[in-house]
Amino acid sequence: MSLTVFALTGAALVGLGVYGLLALPHLLRRIMCFNLIGSGLFLFFGAAGARGVAVDAIPQALIITGIVVALSASALAVGLVVALARRTGHAALPDEDRTP
Amino acid sequence: MSLALDLALCALILGAALATVAGGAVFRAVIFFITYGLFLAIGWARLGAFDVALAEAAIGAGLTGVLLLAAHGRLRRMQAGDAPPPAGLNLPAALAGAGMALALGWAWFALPVPATPDIAQALPRSGVGNPVTAVLLNFRAWDTLLESIVLLAALLGVWMLARNDDWNAPLGPRYHALSGGVLVNFGRFLPPIGLCFGVYLVWAGADYIGGAFQGGTVLAAVGLVALMANVVRPPRVSYALLRVAVVVGPAVFLLAGLLAAGFGGAFLTLPPALAKPVILVIEAALTISIAVTLALLVIGPPDDAGRSS
Repeated sequence: MSLTVFALTGAALVGLGVYGLLALPHLLRRIMCFNLIGSGLFLFFGAAGARGVAVDAIPQALIITGIVVALSASALAVGLVVALARRTGHAALPDEDRTP
Repeated sequence: MSLALDLALCALILGAALATVAGGAVFRAVIFFITYGLFLAIGWARLGAFDVALAEAAIGAGLTGVLLLAAHGRLRRMQAGDAPPPAGLNLPAALAGAGMALALGWAWFALPVPATPDIAQALPRSGVGNPVTAVLLNFRAWDTLLESIVLLAALLGVWMLARNDDWNAPLGPRYHALSGGVLVNFGRFLPPIGLCFGVYLVWAGADYIGGAFQGGTVLAAVGLVALMANVVRPPRVSYALLRVAVVVGPAVFLLAGLLAAGFGGAFLTLPPALAKPVILVIEAALTISIAVTLALLVIGPPDDAGRSS
């Protein structure tokens, strides 16, 4: 029962992240939403891996790999956002910059 | 009782995530994101995945938090730090998000429970006692090898964003610390403790909870604290020792894999008799690379602009 709660929480986190990724123009917020999607999927995956008799080690190892890769991607994305802001003075994509 | 605890915990996780998405100021969203990562780490502990809980707390909440806070500070200095989220609900985005969540929720109930492979049976041949470490460094070593190369590629990508004139400047922005202040004192007090704890996590990871990634992250945090407190000088891209530290992990890993292939096995298959010492050597080298690469990823490319202003 608890596993279902965590899996559905993971599903809701992915939904929240997708919403933010599409609706929020500020790029730093988008990086956070990208991380929400990632960690939501990890939670779903981890709950699925814990359904057997014992907690499965393979999903755990893959999730740890995923967390590290998510940080690498976030660091690269942050670098790109800072470089963009240095050139244009805005931390949003040009065609979305004028949204109120 | 435990179900009530899990329900409350999931409500906290979702609440913090909602505040991250809907937060009025970007700074507030970042703070809620860090809080979210810590709640999530408790959730992982509740699921019995303690190695993941450590990784989430250290990397997902800690390092990502520092990265986002530093980025927000740099954007604010360029007057790009904040923008209120658009008012009202974006309907197409809401439909997409809800659709995704519902599809995943449906998948949970629709998909069959997979047969769990029995790690316990294969564990004695892996050379270590922690099943997660066995998967990471023996059974699925390919993934971990490629991951260490992904870290290296991300670091190269971040460095490539430096301006030509800044290339020989010290890495990262300049940190201000009040001499005799809290940060400087912590910068001297925490690193020795963190160093011991990080090395312990790596060592214990062979048989208990911990591992190269969690330990490496703690060591990266030690470096960051010392750097932010101005206890150590920020390094430069041209330091030879720095470059060696960044590639030693993937290099030793590759070499071990090739040696295994050369001695009659296949690439990256460790003979059971030698598995433990080989894994320890790979883990030690990986830890150095992970710690240095993570810290360098968080402080960012060489940047002289922040220094002069």
